Amino acid sequence: MQLTRRETMALGLGAAIITVLPFRANAATEDLIAEFTGGADMAETGITLTAPEIAENGNTVPIEVDAAGASAIMVLAAGNPTPPVATFNFGPLAAEQRAATRVRLAGTQDVIAIAKMEDGSFARASKTVKVTIGGCGG
Amino acid sequence: MISRRDFLQVSMAAAALTGASGFGNWARLAAQQSLTQDQLLDFDTFGNVSLIHVTDIHAQLKPIYFREPSVNLGVGPNKGEVPHVTGADFRKLYGIADGSPSHYALSSGDFASLAKGYGRVGGMDRVATVVKAIRAARPDALLLDGGDTWHGSYTCYHSQGQDMVNVMNALQPDAMTFHWEFTLGSERVNELVESLPFAALGQNIFDAEWDEPSELFPPYQFFERGGVKIAVIGQAFPYMPIANPRWMFPEYSFGIRDENMQAMVDEVRAQGAELVVCLSHNGFDVDKKMAGIVSGIDVILSGHTHDALPEPVLVGETIIVASGSNGKFVSRVDLDVRDGRMMGFRHKLIPIFSDVIEPDAEMAAVIEEQRAPHADKLAEVIGQTDSLLYRRGNFNGTWDDLICDALLSEREADIAMSPGVRWGPSLIPGDDITREDIWNVTSMSYGEAYRTEMTGEFIKVILEDVADNIFNPDPYYQQGGDMVRIGGMGYHIDVSRPQGDRISKMTLLKTGEAIDPSRTYQVAGWASVNEGTEGPQIWDVVESHIRKMGTVTVNPSNNVEVTGV
Repeated sequence: MQLTRRETMALGLGAAIITVLPFRANAATEDLIAEFTGGADMAETGITLTAPEIAENGNTVPIEVDAAGASAIMVLAAGNPTPPVATFNFGPLAAEQRAATRVRLAGTQDVIAIAKMEDGSFARASKTVKVTIGGCGG
Repeated sequence: MISRRDFLQVSMAAAALTGASGFGNWARLAAQQSLTQDQLLDFDTFGNVSLIHVTDIHAQLKPIYFREPSVNLGVGPNKGEVPHVTGADFRKLYGIADGSPSHYALSSGDFASLAKGYGRVGGMDRVATVVKAIRAARPDALLLDGGDTWHGSYTCYHSQGQDMVNVMNALQPDAMTFHWEFTLGSERVNELVESLPFAALGQNIFDAEWDEPSELFPPYQFFERGGVKIAVIGQAFPYMPIANPRWMFPEYSFGIRDENMQAMVDEVRAQGAELVVCLSHNGFDVDKKMAGIVSGIDVILSGHTHDALPEPVLVGETIIVASGSNGKFVSRVDLDVRDGRMMGFRHKLIPIFSDVIEPDAEMAAVIEEQRAPHADKLAEVIGQTDSLLYRRGNFNGTWDDLICDALLSEREADIAMSPGVRWGPSLIPGDDITREDIWNVTSMSYGEAYRTEMTGEFIKVILEDVADNIFNPDPYYQQGGDMVRIGGMGYHIDVSRPQGDRISKMTLLKTGEAIDPSRTYQVAGWASVNEGTEGPQIWDVVESHIRKMGTVTVNPSNNVEVTGV
C-alpha cells in the first residue's frame, strides 16, 4: 500500500487516525539513506532482511540482515522517533556479512536495510512489521 | 511428457467429474431416507499412501449442530475465491443441490430446518468409526491432527486438556500441531506434550529468548508408509502471542517463518523424503500464499480458519486440503507416490452425520469416562432458545449477540465486546440451553469479563486494528479470526479501505447518537489478552443472563453495515 500525498493529507484531518497509520519512509529516513549511499541507485536484490510480519512484542522485535559481499549494512526503523537502529561494518576477514539484533518499534512501520557492497554498489530491502493490539484468535 | 502439474490437474478434474468426493449425489438418497454409512465412507482406495486429517475439533466430543458462515469475505487476491464463497454461491460452485445433505453440511441457508431433518454432526465416537474404516482399507494410513484440539468445552477446561488427550490417544494419531493448546499455559502444554505417544510438530515453534527452534517441538517427522518415505512438517498457528495472551506462554515465539519452512522442506528432501506433507494451522489464505512461496510441499493439510472444502485447492504443485472444524468432518486423501514424486490424488471430505455413522463402542466408552465426573453439571438446563444460535460469520452471530446482551445487562455497560473466534457450535430453535452449551461457546483459560472505560477514539482504534487482522489484503498480515463482535453500538465498515479508514458512522444504539471520540464509555468484554484482567467468568455472566430470560429470542442484527465487498 502506498498512500498518495493527497490521501495522506486527507487522512490527517482525522486526529484519531494518525495513531493507527503505518509509518512509511519519510523525509528524515530518506535523508539518512541518501547520506549513506551518496544518492547512488540501490538494487532490490543482494540483501535479505528477515523480520516478522506481525511483531509478537513491539518492544523487542527480532530482525536479521544478510548481504554477501557487503562492507556495511545500515538498518533503519522508518517510523521510530529516532530511525537509525544500527550500522554493521564488516572487515575483509568477516566469514559472512550477516547480523541479527532486536529492535523496538513504536508502531506498525517499515524496517529498511541498506547494504553497501565492497564494489561500491548498494542494495536495499524493506519489510512492513505490524505492531497490533491483538486479541481474537480463530 | 506430462508434467506433474498436469497429473494433479487430471486428479482435480476427475474429482469434479465423477464426484469422487460424492458431493451433490446424496440428495435423492436422503429423500429416500437411505443415506447410509457405506455411502458416506465409500472410497475407491487409490495409490499407495492414505492421509487422514482432522483439525480444530475444539474439544467437541459429542455430536453438535454447526452452522457454516453466510458472510466470509475475501480481500485482495482472495476476493471471491474459496473459502470466501458462501451459501447459494458455494452450492452453485460445487454443484450441490439445495436441501441436500451437502447443503446442510457445507453451507449456510435454511440451517434450522435442515438441522431438524439431518440431525447433529460430529462426535468423536463417530470420527473413530470413520478412522477405523479407513484403516481397514489402508492399515498404515497416517492420521494427522491439525490442532485446536485441547480447547473449547467444560470437560476440557476442568481437566486442563486431559479429556482430549485421552480421547485422541485412543484414536492414535501419528502427529499433531498446535494453537489454543498453548492457552493452557506453557507448563501444562509441556507436561501434556511430553506425555504424547505421537509427534508434536512445529517448525515455527521457537524459543523466545534465543530465537532458536524449540527442543520440545521438532519441525518434522519421517514415516515409512506404503513403501514411501513421508516427511510430515508441522506448522503451528503463527500469531499465537498476538491473538492469544503472550503472558501464558512467554517462553515461546512463533511466526510464519516461511524461509525456515523452505529450509525444512529442502532438508527432508535431501534426506530422501518422497512425499512432503505440511500439517498446518496457518489458516487457509496464509497456506495458499505460503504454497506459492515455499516449493516442494506436496500436500498442505490446512487448519485454523475452519473452512470445509469438498475439493482440494491446487497452488502450483501443492494441494491444500481444508477439513472444517468441531469434529464435523474427516478428510481422506489417497496419494499415488512414484519415483519420489506425488503423481496424483483422490480426496474426500467426509461429513460426520451423527445419525448415519454408527458410534464406535470403544471410543464411546472413553468419551463417557471423561464426561462422567461432570455429567450433572453438563446437563443442567439453564434456559431455552426460540432462535437459531450460531457464531460463524465475519461480523456477528446470534450467539455473540446474546453474549453481548448478557454483558450489557449483567455488567451495566454502554458497549459490549466479544471476541471474533470461529469455534462454538450452534443451537436450533426449540433447543434447551444447557450449561455445556454455554461453555461450548465461551470456555477458555482467560474468560474473565472485564468492565472498563474507553474513549470513543480508542474504541475506533480497536475496531480498525481488528479489522486489519481480517481484511489486510496480504494474508500474511491476517490472523484468521473474525471481526470483534459489538453490542450496544452500530458501525459502518468499508473492507476495501486501508487500516485507519475502514470504520465510520459509529453509533451508540441506546441513544442513536454518534460516538464521540473524546467521550468516555463503559465497555464490558471478555477474553482480554492482557495479564491481570479482573471480572467474573464469561460463562457465569451468560448463565445468569439466560436464567433471567428463561427463553431467549435473538433476531439477527443489522448493526454493522458493510461496503467495499
